[in-house]
Amino acid sequence: MTKTIKNVICTFCGTLCDDLEVDVSDDGKKIVQVRNACAIGAEKYLHVGNPGRVVLPRMRQEDGTYKDISYEEAIDFAAKTLLKAKKPLLYGWSSTNCEAIAAGNTLAEKIGGVVDNCATVCHGSSLLAIQDTGVPSCTLGEVKNRADRIIFWGCNPAHAHPRHMSRYSIFPRGFFSAKGQKGRKIICVDCRETDTAKIADTFVRIKQSYDYEVFDALRTLLRGEEIPDEVGGVPREKLQEVVDICKSGRFVTLFFGMGLTHTLGRNHNIDNGINFIRDLNDYTKATLIAMRGHYNVTGAGQVLGWQYGFPFACDLSRLTMARHNPGETTSVDLLVRHEVDACVVIASDLAAHFPFEATRRMAHIPTITIDPHISMSTELSDLHIPVAIVGVEVGGCCYRMDNVPIETRKCIDAPDGVITDEELFKRISARVDELLAEADVKNASEYLAKMEA
Amino acid sequence: MSEIIIKNGHVFDAVTGLKGDVADVCIKDGVIVDKVSNAATVIDAAGKTVMAGAVDVHTHVAGPKVNLGRWYRPEDKFRLGERCSAKLNPNTRIEGGFSIPTVFKTGYEYARMGFAFTMEAAMPPLYARHVHDEIRDTPILDQAALPVFGNNWFMFEYLKNGEYDNAAAYVAWILRQTKGYGIKCVNPGGSEAWGWGLNCLTVNDPVPYFDITPKEIVDGLITTNEHLKLPHSVHLHSNNLGNPGNYTTTLDSLKIAEGHTANNNFGRDTVLHHTHVQFHSYGGTTWADFESKAKEVMDYVNKQKNISIDTGNVTLDETTTMTADGPFEYHLGALNHLKWANVDVELETSAGVVPYIYGKNVKVCEMQWAIGLEIALYAKDMMRTMITTDHPNAGPFTRYPRVYAWLMDKEYRDAQLNGFKWSSKVIDATTLAELDREISLYELSQMTRAAPAKVLGLSKSFGGLAPGMKGNVAVYNINPDNMLKGLELEDALSKVSVFIKDGVKCVENGVVLEAEPVVKKTYWVNSSVPDTKQVIHDVSEKFLKYYSVNLANYEVVDHYAPNQEIVEV
Amino acid sequence: METVTITLKAVPDLYLECESVTPDKFAGKTAAEIAALPCSVGKCNYTLGDWFEISGRPGATAADTKIIVNGKGTDKCKYFGAWMTAGEVVVNGTADMFTGAWMEGGKLTIKGDVRSFSGLQMKGGEMIIEGRAWNYLAAAYRGDWRGMQGGLIRVKGDVGSDLGTFMNGGTIIVEGNADIHIGTHAEGGTIIIKGKAHRRVGGQMVKGEIYVYQGCDVMMPGFKKIEEREIEVDGEKHVFNVFIGDLGERHSKSKGEVIYGHLYTLKE
Repeated sequence: MTKTIKNVICTFCGTLCDDLEVDVSDDGKKIVQVRNACAIGAEKYLHVGNPGRVVLPRMRQEDGTYKDISYEEAIDFAAKTLLKAKKPLLYGWSSTNCEAIAAGNTLAEKIGGVVDNCATVCHGSSLLAIQDTGVPSCTLGEVKNRADRIIFWGCNPAHAHPRHMSRYSIFPRGFFSAKGQKGRKIICVDCRETDTAKIADTFVRIKQSYDYEVFDALRTLLRGEEIPDEVGGVPREKLQEVVDICKSGRFVTLFFGMGLTHTLGRNHNIDNGINFIRDLNDYTKATLIAMRGHYNVTGAGQVLGWQYGFPFACDLSRLTMARHNPGETTSVDLLVRHEVDACVVIASDLAAHFPFEATRRMAHIPTITIDPHISMSTELSDLHIPVAIVGVEVGGCCYRMDNVPIETRKCIDAPDGVITDEELFKRISARVDELLAEADVKNASEYLAKMEA
Repeated sequence: MSEIIIKNGHVFDAVTGLKGDVADVCIKDGVIVDKVSNAATVIDAAGKTVMAGAVDVHTHVAGPKVNLGRWYRPEDKFRLGERCSAKLNPNTRIEGGFSIPTVFKTGYEYARMGFAFTMEAAMPPLYARHVHDEIRDTPILDQAALPVFGNNWFMFEYLKNGEYDNAAAYVAWILRQTKGYGIKCVNPGGSEAWGWGLNCLTVNDPVPYFDITPKEIVDGLITTNEHLKLPHSVHLHSNNLGNPGNYTTTLDSLKIAEGHTANNNFGRDTVLHHTHVQFHSYGGTTWADFESKAKEVMDYVNKQKNISIDTGNVTLDETTTMTADGPFEYHLGALNHLKWANVDVELETSAGVVPYIYGKNVKVCEMQWAIGLEIALYAKDMMRTMITTDHPNAGPFTRYPRVYAWLMDKEYRDAQLNGFKWSSKVIDATTLAELDREISLYELSQMTRAAPAKVLGLSKSFGGLAPGMKGNVAVYNINPDNMLKGLELEDALSKVSVFIKDGVKCVENGVVLEAEPVVKKTYWVNSSVPDTKQVIHDVSEKFLKYYSVNLANYEVVDHYAPNQEIVEV
Repeated sequence: METVTITLKAVPDLYLECESVTPDKFAGKTAAEIAALPCSVGKCNYTLGDWFEISGRPGATAADTKIIVNGKGTDKCKYFGAWMTAGEVVVNGTADMFTGAWMEGGKLTIKGDVRSFSGLQMKGGEMIIEGRAWNYLAAAYRGDWRGMQGGLIRVKGDVGSDLGTFMNGGTIIVEGNADIHIGTHAEGGTIIIKGKAHRRVGGQMVKGEIYVYQGCDVMMPGFKKIEEREIEVDGEKHVFNVFIGDLGERHSKSKGEVIYGHLYTLKE
């Protein structure tokens, strides 16, 4: 016999679908089936029972192999590593809950680290643009109920956010949009014809790295000025068509992703896109939403924001102030410039995603990776600490791509002995307090001064 | 268990009626008592001013638009070229931000000024978890939050159809779901119109599609509020905020309270609280002939005894505006061309954020400053008039002491007024120069303690020093017999000599002693009014079809508010 | 003018934050007091004396004080000359980030390269960079719409991207080439690139003057050529193609005339 848990929140991508149904075995230990999830989400739930689950911390040995150790030993190693470092980096945070993130921040402030999350290699560009120019936005339900013009620019929800189009952006019939897809015009702007482009009514093929120029052209047309015959590979007539489609709508929403955040100019591309939407508000209602990738990268930014005032790249290493300077306090820069001397990777896989030079540096400094599974990062770390999987084995608050917070649910227990991220950070913090007290010092700076003397 | 006696201070307290009398204040186990034993800790308050912990009736310190403000203004953590992020006291967390403080700074700075309670002015129900996340992380301060109802699709339908029992059931349901405190109404109808880029600028402009007017919305909300006997009255930010000539809309909005009577068991006798009235007291037709109508508005407020107001004083700083009046923020952004952020919330409300500089050499800003002070100085009933800056809209809450000093010292405010670039124009267009009144310490204690506690329905616990009330006491280095003035007065009000919260000393000489010296409480209202069949049906249907989250995931569960004070109604 | 010479004793293991190295902080102090000024590496608090050999003496005021910085490893030191209001600083080598940031006056000379975020929001004074500058030279701090207000920056080599974002006033002269996003969101000031710029010059510009002698690989579509004109720039006369823009941006009027930003390239 199984029991069904309803209204489960999928903890994979930023769409944060909250209508999953998970069947668990009667003893509450195994997930049997998942309904309503996309293929990626379903796999997230179904894979947890696979054999080979890591249940104890693994410490790297001299010969490169890993040996199981206790959580106590791991926590002690982590506390000492962080206290011995002059400027440690604590990176990731995007695939765990807000409670863990808050506990991590408390620890980071205590040991003087830099806290950074996955936005740093993802929508950090969008956040920089928002800092420079603002953001006219709305919740996903507004799109569902009102939008009749949808633009996907440099993103491919068909692959990356599979249920986005059916839950929010193309197909749903909302309060003012009872015709569903038939009442909407979909524009897709991309440098290649993606699967999302195939669903769109209008596909604009843009030369890669010309997004900024094309937004400039659209804004120039909107102001009634002339532009060259072709911009970024797009003929003037096509650009005028895009402007006309937008102006004739009653509610325009622009969704955007890595095509803008990662091509030439990065944040500037989004900045100009934001201003295009802002300019459109002179004619009709227009909003935009960033297609955030991880299920809680937004939450990582929210907690960091209300505690220190910044969405990512927050340098607490001076112990007495919080500083934010993307390009300096961002993880890739810190690693490539050899500015950090220890690294904690939590709820992310740095080694799989970062530029090689950054990963090379991470491999050479003391590193601890906190992850339920073995990953590229764990295999380059001195210590791998396994934890429970949020949304499956522990609940907690997560923030959707439109900043709506949703409480995730626990479906089954974590494997015996495996603790949560939140508990882990609280215990490392407590161990740091003990070590500071033993050394009879007031803070981490005095601790290092005493060690150096 | 633990006893404290604050001896020989000059006590100013509207609840016990002390107007500077030298008296002792006794606390035992976190509560004010008549007397304590000889074992009590003695705090010498001789030559000092003693008041109950203050209560802020309207401030934006927790929630999605506040945090969006923090995210998008890293430069707010720099002020005048210097870093504004620091570990100010040895045992506390790092504090940051000037106009939008981080949650730690919020808790500590309010405590340094002697505040015990703040009301988060606007909570979008869909984002309630976020508001509670921040409230939970804000140290020391007891807090509550007001969910917004003035642009809510359910309320539109119920009020349009006169279905007051459904309206009441829905409001009760929302208060339970969001752990909310009362009924907030921002730009009624206009923020829904903003969903289409439109607005409602008078009380009679119908909302597109829903075809209900702001007047009907506010009237219906007041009826619902009194039907539910809630501790607080309807809390209103009326239409047409910030526009020259808007005082007529304000008067039309205030008049809606006529004919309503307060109905509750919390000692509240007002039915409508109009917030940040300064922004709503403008005459003229354009920015060129802009003038003050503070007197006209306050003449009405003074005689209409069932309404209360707070001022919304401009502090002449670079600050950040943020409000659920989405269309207003769009137009402000179009006016000053600074970065504009906006978030429309499905079925519920909208919000906008725009930085703003209240320049000392800008005529309009100088006049707004004067109007805010006029509002307070014209008030006749200090139990219905409260001082705020609509933090951070008209200025950061850390400037309250400066506002108090302007109100209490004519010379100080005249120096500011006469130092303006456009002082003669300001003097012509307002009446501030003619007002000699100086608010007294007793009146200050009314406006910042007893009055907000009363209109919030918290007068049994907050805002006074009668036995049985909470042991929240602020001691200031102000000797009424040798009254401070100007900057010295402002400084003394900024940094308490001692602040005690729930019987625990949290601040001494302006220094916050511990990161979390007391357990802060989240207040919310649980109404016994049950769901109606119609509400159950409508809620299920709308969540299924129109919301982007499931009904089962809407409620704010307990761990977001680990220490709750539930006000049962 | 009195001179203090500081020489790095060792290359910093990570990066040394040297906010104390300005004429303002040195002025009127004894050698022991200067050695006691703070600097830091991550969470470790040091004094200047821990990291530098210090000789010479400062003037009584910042204006009378010159600082010479020597040694291997200056390229791992941040904040030289930051917030300085007067006097002189010379770095004999490459300097790291925030060199001369928020500078208000005086003269700062770097005899090597400067890394990113140098000259941020400069208000006055003169900064000479004999090597190249990296990114965000004389830009605004993140989120601030008030960029460089005044002063003069001269770079002998190339610059990277994001030069002079949100510029309001002052002058930047680059002898070499520039990368992308030059003068983005500019609202005033003058940028002169004597080499060429890759792309996106004057994007979202509202007002101001940008000269790119050798032109850009790709022009922004929002710029329109209006004329050719002879102009004297940095002491030399040339004939330039004159463009107005960015036409995608809102432009205000003054005395009935619309105010545009201007972009100039050399007429071949």
